[in-house]
Amino acid sequence: MNMMSEAAVEKALDQKMNETAYKMVGRDVSVYYGEKRALFDVNLNVRENTVTALIGPSGCGKSTFLRCLNRMNDTIESCRVTGKITLDEDDIYDPQIDVVELRARVGMVFQKPNPFPKSIYDNIAYGPKIHGLARNKADLDQIVESSLQKAGLWSEVKDRLHESGTGLSGGQQQRLCIARAVAVSPEVILMDEPCSALDPIATAKVEELIHELRSNFSIVIVTHSMQQAARVSQRTAMFHLGHLVEENDTDKMFTNPDDQRTQDYIMGRFG
Amino acid sequence: MSTIEIEAVDSQRVNWHSDEMKARRKSRYAAERRLKAYGMTAIIFALGFLAFLISSLVYTGHKAFTQTVATVSIDLSAAEIDRSNLMDANWRDIVRDALRAQVPDLTRRQERAYFDLFTSSAPFLVRDTVIKEPSRLDGTSSFTIPMSDRADQLAKGEISRDTPEDQRRISDEQIGMYDQLVSKGLISSPFNWGLFLNADSRFPELAGLAGAISGSFWSLLVCFAISFPIGIAAAIYLEEFAPKNRLTDLIEININNLAAVPSVVFGLLGLAVFLNGFGLPRSAPLVGGLVLSLMTLPTLIIVTRVSLKAVPSSIREAALGVGASKHEMIFHHVLALAMPTIMTGAIISLARALGETAPLLLIGMNAFITSPPDGIFAASTALPSQIYIWADSPERGFVSRTSAAILVLLGFLIVMNAIAIFLRQRFERRW
Ligand SMILES: Nc1ncnc2c1ncn2[C@@H]1O[C@H](COP(=O)(O)OP(=O)(O)OP(=O)(O)O)[C@@H](O)[C@H]1O
Ligand SMILES: [Mg+2]
Repeated sequence: MNMMSEAAVEKALDQKMNETAYKMVGRDVSVYYGEKRALFDVNLNVRENTVTALIGPSGCGKSTFLRCLNRMNDTIESCRVTGKITLDEDDIYDPQIDVVELRARVGMVFQKPNPFPKSIYDNIAYGPKIHGLARNKADLDQIVESSLQKAGLWSEVKDRLHESGTGLSGGQQQRLCIARAVAVSPEVILMDEPCSALDPIATAKVEELIHELRSNFSIVIVTHSMQQAARVSQRTAMFHLGHLVEENDTDKMFTNPDDQRTQDYIMGRFG
Repeated sequence: MSTIEIEAVDSQRVNWHSDEMKARRKSRYAAERRLKAYGMTAIIFALGFLAFLISSLVYTGHKAFTQTVATVSIDLSAAEIDRSNLMDANWRDIVRDALRAQVPDLTRRQERAYFDLFTSSAPFLVRDTVIKEPSRLDGTSSFTIPMSDRADQLAKGEISRDTPEDQRRISDEQIGMYDQLVSKGLISSPFNWGLFLNADSRFPELAGLAGAISGSFWSLLVCFAISFPIGIAAAIYLEEFAPKNRLTDLIEININNLAAVPSVVFGLLGLAVFLNGFGLPRSAPLVGGLVLSLMTLPTLIIVTRVSLKAVPSSIREAALGVGASKHEMIFHHVLALAMPTIMTGAIISLARALGETAPLLLIGMNAFITSPPDGIFAASTALPSQIYIWADSPERGFVSRTSAAILVLLGFLIVMNAIAIFLRQRFERRW
């Protein structure tokens, strides 16, 4: 791909991002942990082929909101979600909805790399296997290879696919987790501080990867690094004390935000 | 920062080298050393007791691992034996004739004392050997005949020749006959395979643990087959699926209580429910296993729950995150990771069940049974109840056999615990 066409692709994607309907829509989302309220009527949309960054000081509810999008909050006994979140117009909190399908369509990468204590191959193959995405072994091999390619890990691990995934370095593990999420062919990928355990080189690799993944997926990423948000995202949402303060184009957000609190946070005046 | 502020900080600076500070550190180190010393003392005490226990068992028990026997050659070609009915041949006379030949010219009274040196089951042993190897009928072959308890004890030095004759169970005359056998080179003391191959007997020289070992084996098999699946299923339900409410709290408390109930109570329960209620056979390993599984179940449930809890939530979230259902998450990941710990717990609770005596006594697994059980329905003893029976027997030979049986039981326990440790280290995961 030469420079020209790359820029053209970017442009086409930006075009698409502005034209298409929202992939996911959150309306008046509130979350309670027992009596404690963690999110207050958040209205936030996820656009197709877009990287949306969630920023804000620690404890403001970024992870909480992210985990609402694939109902990972269901695993927390005390957690209660109100409001409405849709994926392609379907309410994901509808009792009729199938959580397994939802989580297959909305994949997740966690803050701490958490590969299964199994081989690299099995880590990737697990999702496709349970969802029946591969008809035979050759299919599965193909999925494993292409997922690792997409995660930029293929060249590093192709000779040791049957060694344990936990034996990789932290950065490799995180890319393995991204490959694992990608292998199920989700439509949205949620990432909760995916680079917080990584060194700058591994971080750069993951960021590059996020950039590439944008052409196939919608991505929501939580990050504490303003530079990272600026580098990888097209839209940015700023949370503060459980409220969504501002959501805007990333460029505008970092140059001329509408809200004073955003300005202060980005300038490092509180956090 | 102004100079005044810096001075203020300086004046508060801690003097780490002051005597007060040094003394303080010294007493902290002393506390550490004391704690270490207490720990070492405790361990030395524990090891000392263990060493004392084992060595006293070995001291009394080691003699049971050999058995004094006489090797006597018998010419069967001359004897009148109906080959089609070996069972009913006059084995008693055949054996007596062979024994008479070794120490000739005894009066009738002396003869009776002489025969008392050999196990009274000698004719049956010879019969069984011949039935197994009929070729012996064609000529002279040698037979191994265990000596009776009194001769065995004499040979092992448990009966001293210096004790006055009226205070020992073997007369001077018998000692003389025994010495004659020794001088002819007929007496030897090989390894006592009978201890492992024979079932129980009234005669110490023939008594073995085969019945008890296989009884314990069948009981543990039943116990494992019942408590392992039920325990894991219960633990998975309670840990992963059960709603957290009053009822499940109550269940949890009761399981913990159950684990602390004395085993004799389970024995009574087994007696009332399995024997009197369901009419299952007395003394059967089936009932023993059922009772033991009542005991191991609560422990196993607790161990399994703890090991399920120990699987980090990151692995659970990883599985759910790629769209695994809860059931898949548990069986593909959580249970797989918890399994080594569960297996370890299961083996350790089985080891505990192996040594359990009281409930077995109550359901009749302390009966006198002279053949090993051929399944879970046959009457049988178990290792610990066999020890109980032998410890209760008056014959001198059972004293060392009791210790030997305890050593065998301890051997099994050590092997089981070693397997548990091996499993734990082999499959231990770090994540
Ligand atoms: N499992 C939970 N139980 C109770 N309260 C929780 C739980 N998880 C989060 N909270 C609370 O919800 C609020 C938001 O937490 P959340 O994890 O979403 O913050 P965050 O923005 O992701 O912070 P960070 O940047 O530090 O990860 C916090 O006040 C936190 O204490
Ligand atoms: Mg967070």
